[in-house]
Amino acid sequence: MISLLQEAATTVVEQSQGAAAASEHGGATAQAAAAAGEASAPGMPQLNFDTFPNQIFWLAISLVVLYWVLSKIALPRIAAVISDRQGAITGDLMAAEEFKQRAKDAEAAYDKALAEARGEAGKIVAANRAEIQKELDAAIAHADAEIAARVSESEKRIREIRDSAQADARQVAREVTAQLVETFGGQVDQGAVDQAVDNRMERALQ
Amino acid sequence: MASDTEKETGLVFHPMQQFEVSPLFGDGPVHWYTPTNVTLWMAIAVLAITALMVLGTRGRAIVPNRLQSVAELAYGMIHKMVEDVAGKDGLKYFPYIMTLFMFIVFGNMLGLLPKSFTVTSHVAVTGVLALAVFISVTTIGFLKNGTAFLGLFWVTSAPLVLRPVLALIELISYFVRPVSHSVRLAGNMMAGHAVIKVFAGFSAIAVISPLSILAVTAMFGLELLVAFIQAYVFTILTCVYLKDALHPSH
Repeated sequence: MISLLQEAATTVVEQSQGAAAASEHGGATAQAAAAAGEASAPGMPQLNFDTFPNQIFWLAISLVVLYWVLSKIALPRIAAVISDRQGAITGDLMAAEEFKQRAKDAEAAYDKALAEARGEAGKIVAANRAEIQKELDAAIAHADAEIAARVSESEKRIREIRDSAQADARQVAREVTAQLVETFGGQVDQGAVDQAVDNRMERALQ
Repeated sequence: MASDTEKETGLVFHPMQQFEVSPLFGDGPVHWYTPTNVTLWMAIAVLAITALMVLGTRGRAIVPNRLQSVAELAYGMIHKMVEDVAGKDGLKYFPYIMTLFMFIVFGNMLGLLPKSFTVTSHVAVTGVLALAVFISVTTIGFLKNGTAFLGLFWVTSAPLVLRPVLALIELISYFVRPVSHSVRLAGNMMAGHAVIKVFAGFSAIAVISPLSILAVTAMFGLELLVAFIQAYVFTILTCVYLKDALHPSH
């Protein structure tokens, strides 16, 4: 491996230096180049154990710094933000739920009030109707009574009129009868005349 | 070998060069404390995550803006995952799992930027992540359940004769977890990036270049998906392991 490398290095150096270069000078440079080639040997730099302490040291520092930054600043902050947001969302949802409930309550109260008002109105209407009916009844009764009173009064007057008419008729009949009897030259017996007129009228009135 | 191909065809293939760990300043050796491209890209990942998770949420808005939505989405996804997979008592470890997820997903995504360095393509990084999960989960298991945690390996629903055999298999599979956990992530990242690089190398040839660019585009789309899915898989497996530790009964 290394001899191959040396060969390669020599070739490269010879090419670059040209044929005119002194042989011992070229050889020295070739040796230097070979040494350099050995240091950066083609192969996996991952397996170059010389660099391990360096990488591990810086890795440790990076991880400690990163762990500190994340655990002390970033992660608590993000957790707080996320829980704040969750809280805000939950709060909003609960508020919305509450408003909804309130709206429902308001609707129920409205419905109740409406039903109550309807009932009240019905009651008032019924009460009014009853009152009016009562008044009406009273008025009708009053009117009936008045009518009855008037009727009886009228009947009384009619009777009076009739009675007086009867009495008048009787008087007239008696006077006429007495006159007739006098005219025909009879002796007026007031008692008999009255009797006869009364009999006649009695029959006429029946 | 690479030089041979170079010489013959004019093609340059360095698919693994992107994974080199190199110092940011100068050309010295890489000591454990040297600021390297690993440092740079991990720092960028941490800053990007901070920008998203901290600056993005600074409004604390009830109705989030776009950045805050993304942060909350990530939070919600991992939070739900932990709760669903590991249970309510697993939520205690949520910040730890969130850290893992955010680091891996940002490491993967940032690695897709051209010229960037993919920190999660290194087994050193994913290995540490997986080992950290393995060790902490095992510790939690023993602390929460005591020796009852060993019931995880003793399959009581199986016939008694089979139980020792199953216990051995379970034990091996338990200890292989961190290996598969880390190699899965690193391997996926490395392979995808290397393939993109190889396709990109072919674009040096004029005739093939349209096809090559098309292939790179397609691979990039696939890699975007893989970058997210691997972070998701790593995280959900962590949750599964955590569930095993919290409730070891089968």
